[in-house]
Amino acid sequence: MSITLTINGEPRTIDADPETPLLWALRDELGMTGTKFGCGIAQCGACTVHLDGTPVRSCQTFIGDVGDASITTIEGIDGKAAKAVQAAWQELEVPQCGYCQSGQIMAATALLAETPKPSDDDIDTAMDGNVCRCATYARIRQAIHLAADKMEA
Amino acid sequence: MLHMLENPLQSAVPSRRTFLKLSAGAAGGLMLALRMPGSARAAGDDASFAQPFVHIRPDNTVVVLNKHQDMGQGNATGLATLVADELDADIAQVTAEFAPANAALYKNLAFGMQGTGGSTAIANSFMQYRQAGAAAKAMLIAAAAEDWGVPASEIKVEKGVLSHSNGKSATFGDLAGLAAKQEVPGEPVLKKPEDWVYIGKDFPRVDAAGKSHGSIGFFGMDHQAENMLVAVLARPPRFIAVATGFNDTEARKVKGVVDVVSVPSGVAVLATSTWPAIKARGLLDVTWDDSKAETRSTEEMARELADMTGKKGLPVAKGHGDPEAALASAARVIEVDYSFPFLAHAPMEPLDITVLFDGNSATFWTGSQFQTVDQMVAGTVLGLTPDKVAINTTWAGGSFGRRAQPDSHYFAEAALIAKARLDAGNAPQPIKVVWTREDDIKGGYYRPMVAHKARVGLDENGNVVGWHHRVASKSIMIGTSFEPFAVKDGVDSTSVEGVDELPYELPAFQAEAHNAETPVPVLWWRSVGHTHTGYVAETMIDRLAKEAGEDPLDYRLKRIKKDQRYAGVLKLAAEKAGWKDPLPDGRYRGIAVVKSFNSYVAEVAEISFRDDGTVKVEKVVCAVDCGIPVNPKNIEAQMQSGIGYGLGAILRNEVTMTDGVVDQENFDTYLPIRMTDMPEIEVHIVPSTEAPTGVGEPGTPPIGPAVANAIAAAKGEWITELPLSKHGLA
Repeated sequence: MSITLTINGEPRTIDADPETPLLWALRDELGMTGTKFGCGIAQCGACTVHLDGTPVRSCQTFIGDVGDASITTIEGIDGKAAKAVQAAWQELEVPQCGYCQSGQIMAATALLAETPKPSDDDIDTAMDGNVCRCATYARIRQAIHLAADKMEA
Repeated sequence: MLHMLENPLQSAVPSRRTFLKLSAGAAGGLMLALRMPGSARAAGDDASFAQPFVHIRPDNTVVVLNKHQDMGQGNATGLATLVADELDADIAQVTAEFAPANAALYKNLAFGMQGTGGSTAIANSFMQYRQAGAAAKAMLIAAAAEDWGVPASEIKVEKGVLSHSNGKSATFGDLAGLAAKQEVPGEPVLKKPEDWVYIGKDFPRVDAAGKSHGSIGFFGMDHQAENMLVAVLARPPRFIAVATGFNDTEARKVKGVVDVVSVPSGVAVLATSTWPAIKARGLLDVTWDDSKAETRSTEEMARELADMTGKKGLPVAKGHGDPEAALASAARVIEVDYSFPFLAHAPMEPLDITVLFDGNSATFWTGSQFQTVDQMVAGTVLGLTPDKVAINTTWAGGSFGRRAQPDSHYFAEAALIAKARLDAGNAPQPIKVVWTREDDIKGGYYRPMVAHKARVGLDENGNVVGWHHRVASKSIMIGTSFEPFAVKDGVDSTSVEGVDELPYELPAFQAEAHNAETPVPVLWWRSVGHTHTGYVAETMIDRLAKEAGEDPLDYRLKRIKKDQRYAGVLKLAAEKAGWKDPLPDGRYRGIAVVKSFNSYVAEVAEISFRDDGTVKVEKVVCAVDCGIPVNPKNIEAQMQSGIGYGLGAILRNEVTMTDGVVDQENFDTYLPIRMTDMPEIEVHIVPSTEAPTGVGEPGTPPIGPAVANAIAAAKGEWITELPLSKHGLA
């Protein structure tokens, strides 16, 4: 079945079962591998993308349900918050293995777009669904605060 | 320092992993690697410079070839730091790539084969990569001297630019081709430590930008190829059951499914993409033969291990004195039993591997960690000599030991699937085998279940007169090709490391070991034996300090006599944590120190209790002595990571089995450490001129006992059965 999705501002047509998780449509059908497979049950956040700006787990988002919503992936994020987050991530050298970081960056960007000056509690709430097995959490927290400062500057 | 430079391996080689003997010529191999025939022109064009560890391209890029696997621990940056410093390269021009699988050129000098583990990457490469950088610099200078007609001694190199007082200057890229034609210096002159520009200072992670922008092209999981199939396997519910038959009628109805292939490890569904393979795998109806499988529950296995520690075991070679005699005449004997669960590594990127086999040669794409073993195993399966097995090592999304496999089982499995396809008359085609998270959590190769029994005799004043120790677990090494190097008189050194002897002066100490049998495959897990021995030794010492009525820090310092590097990290961590300062109400501290892989780490954990009684680790102050700190920012990162990883395990992690079937499946049941669990962490590095040692693992062992000792400070009791969630503490 042919389904057209709006991904990073472009219409993309996929021939797949509507029950296909968006994660696998992105990775295998469109070759967009920035969005990672970590658990498949929405427990780790590695597959986080934005649906109309809201962070969602693409492993539990089915392509038949997306409709007209606008999908943004790590390949397509842009804007003040995204730029600040990615710059802070690099500056503080947040990534270790890096496998979860696409999802972390997507979650952090959505947080800062909504809450430009987050408290530690805001960060806990927004980021607790994103697992990092290297436990880079301390630098993630620091980098979110740094990104907030960068956005203000 | 000078001694270290003359004999870099002596202090850099960890005792634990000498399983593949250092050949007599290993130290000489430092030179040999730079003189491999044909290596100078390997890139095959006139404008490039290509030595085994350093390539310089006409576009002025310096590529440092990483003979190791970088699964997050940062060795790609560490090795780049070493080369860039000796080469006087500019930070911006340096990148890293993985070296091909080639043991002759790229062996780990601590192992004698190409592979990564035991926190050896920087330790074994420190001289080798500096020499590679220095040799490249000498060749660039020789090229400039030839080109400009000036003496080499008059040429200056700074931040990637060669210059002469006559006004001539050139980039590395300008001179790369001419440099390649110069003689490779046998013993290039290395910088003096005071002239280092990056080592011990700062060199930014070479992978930070890529990994902040989607890690495109980094991971094996992301490998894609024309005409590629994806394989997902139905794996046996019980370890090591085998499929005796299967019905694939429903599975084959899923659009995209191409084939179903049975291999010894399970039944593989091959599809044109991942999702149909996962979906169809769930529709397979497989009959398993459990006759050789593990059918016990973990409770039963734990009882077996505990029973073993009640009986005499195999003597461990180290130790001193006669603790049994001391115990017999002691005023009092403390006997403590410990129990540790199976642990899964659960790296963020589950296992994956792509294979292309055409009958005459094979190529793999994966985050290989033991390239030489992987090559040999894949070659054996496919009937190829290792040189016909190419491995494209990719960055790995974590490992924590999981990808370093003495049996290379995931290579073997992929090879068997590819061979079955070819044998059935199919054309060669790339096949990516994907492990789902469930396959990962339920798939074995765990940190073994372990039991300890410590019996310590005390005199009337609470002083130790003797300590007798027993450990029971399945051996990681027995039955593998590493057995001859790691197992002596039946004792696996990785089962007892950390309790084969203690750093504290005690009148008598001896250990014994028992090897348990189970079909459940076991494997090293970040810091290996120290994951449990560090916990036991350091909680016992805390208990003994209390028995003696002494402060836990003072008790340790008083008894560490021989190796003052333990005292160094203890004092630094204690000072920075304000160990003797009073704490606010409801806060408690614990301290622990563990040496692993020749690095010393002390940690002070400060905890509180939430309203529901669970432990909140508020803050950890860590001090590390890893010799010369090559990249301080990465040392900090690795201590934070090791602490987080170890803390996650002691809080909530255990793999349990009911009648041999693993109870946990995914991150909803094997609960990973999250942002809200993470304490504030301070890392302090002891200044040192000793040879550098590893940092990937040594941060992990002290956190468990530091937290347990803090809990004991609050409640007067030491937790002896992990994880803490078993006791309502997490």
